[in-house]
Amino acid sequence: MENRKSVALIVPSDIVARGLGSILEESGEFHVEEVFHDFSKAAESRLRGMDPDMVVIDPVVLDFKSRREGRNMLLDVCDSIVIALDGPGVTEDVLKLYDGSVSLYDRPSDLTRKLHGALDAKQPEVVSDGGELSAREKEILVCVAKGMLNKEIADKLNLSIYTVITHRKNITRKTGIKTVAGLTVYALLNNLIDMNSL
Amino acid sequence: MKDIFTPDMRLSDMIDMNYSLMQVISRMGIGLGLAGMTAGEACRHCGLDERTFMLICNVYSFPEYVPSQADISAANIPDIVRYLRGSHAYYTGKALSNLESSFNSLLEPCDVGRKTAITKFFVDYKSELVKHFAREEDEVFPYIEALQNGNKPEDYSIDQFEEHHESVDEKLEDMKNIVMKYLPEECDPEMRMWVLVSIYSLRDDLRRHTYVEDNILVPAVRNLENNGE
Repeated sequence: MENRKSVALIVPSDIVARGLGSILEESGEFHVEEVFHDFSKAAESRLRGMDPDMVVIDPVVLDFKSRREGRNMLLDVCDSIVIALDGPGVTEDVLKLYDGSVSLYDRPSDLTRKLHGALDAKQPEVVSDGGELSAREKEILVCVAKGMLNKEIADKLNLSIYTVITHRKNITRKTGIKTVAGLTVYALLNNLIDMNSL
Repeated sequence: MKDIFTPDMRLSDMIDMNYSLMQVISRMGIGLGLAGMTAGEACRHCGLDERTFMLICNVYSFPEYVPSQADISAANIPDIVRYLRGSHAYYTGKALSNLESSFNSLLEPCDVGRKTAITKFFVDYKSELVKHFAREEDEVFPYIEALQNGNKPEDYSIDQFEEHHESVDEKLEDMKNIVMKYLPEECDPEMRMWVLVSIYSLRDDLRRHTYVEDNILVPAVRNLENNGE
């Protein structure tokens, strides 16, 4: 179960949600954490706590004006990859705003292939070498320096393990430091931790 | 520049082309007093297998040099082990302790917390490396010797070595980046460069060393294992 990617669905049609859910579960590679039929405040707060690897959303749950904003609204809620469901009433320019799209008419194998493609392509924010660490990266670096495992960091910060791993890759890319021991020294030299907290 | 050394070349000319070869030549037991000889003459003088010596010098000097299957099959295993043992002795006896004392002077002006943290990182790295070499000296080399004497131990094979042969590169690379980019301003810049040069030279030497282990020793010993069966 651990290796499966967690997915949340925001799909108004129960028929579509159940169909999509069973295709994903049958693939053995995805696990549907929860299905929301709308993008309400309640759904928002559930998503915030869950932070799934991926959200599949049917843009029609958003009213016409906010469809374009849908991707950004989700960005505020969680770090997940967001995939749009392409169906009647969804236009090309809306789809482009998401990390990927799948069609109602995709074959199951194409569907899972597209989802994997989006996961591989869109790591939270893949950064180039050098550059300052973001606040989130510093937070994760401190946890790493204290000897916490990815799972523990994920639980503490309410992130998916997948997101933690990506942040760690970015920390290494920015600092040029790979090992936990080296990162600990980096954190000390930059006053992110002090010796006593180790 | 030629991209390969041959036995008719003088050792002094080879050293001119790549002065870090002095280390290799000395680890193989050839003193600098013989530098006026050709590589072939020096090998005969010291009882070394010429082909193996050339193989190691070429691998050490030219990263793009890929040894042929024939060279690997013909390599003299005791001479490879002699080189590897010599390298281990150099790393543990000289390179690491020199680096450690340079590190100590470099970190002299730092506050206690930082000094302790960086020193600990270095000391941990050093003891990992020493442990890594000790495993080779205590398990792998005796196994190879037994194999050559015709007593193939049942409970070990070179596959086990290959499988557990971990990279020793990462921490040293981290150390290089820490010294280059993240040390406090109060560290002496000259000393800092000197430490970096030592780290680079150790890194390059270790990489060639690992290459000899993984790409020459392992296949040569595997040949020996298979021929014995």
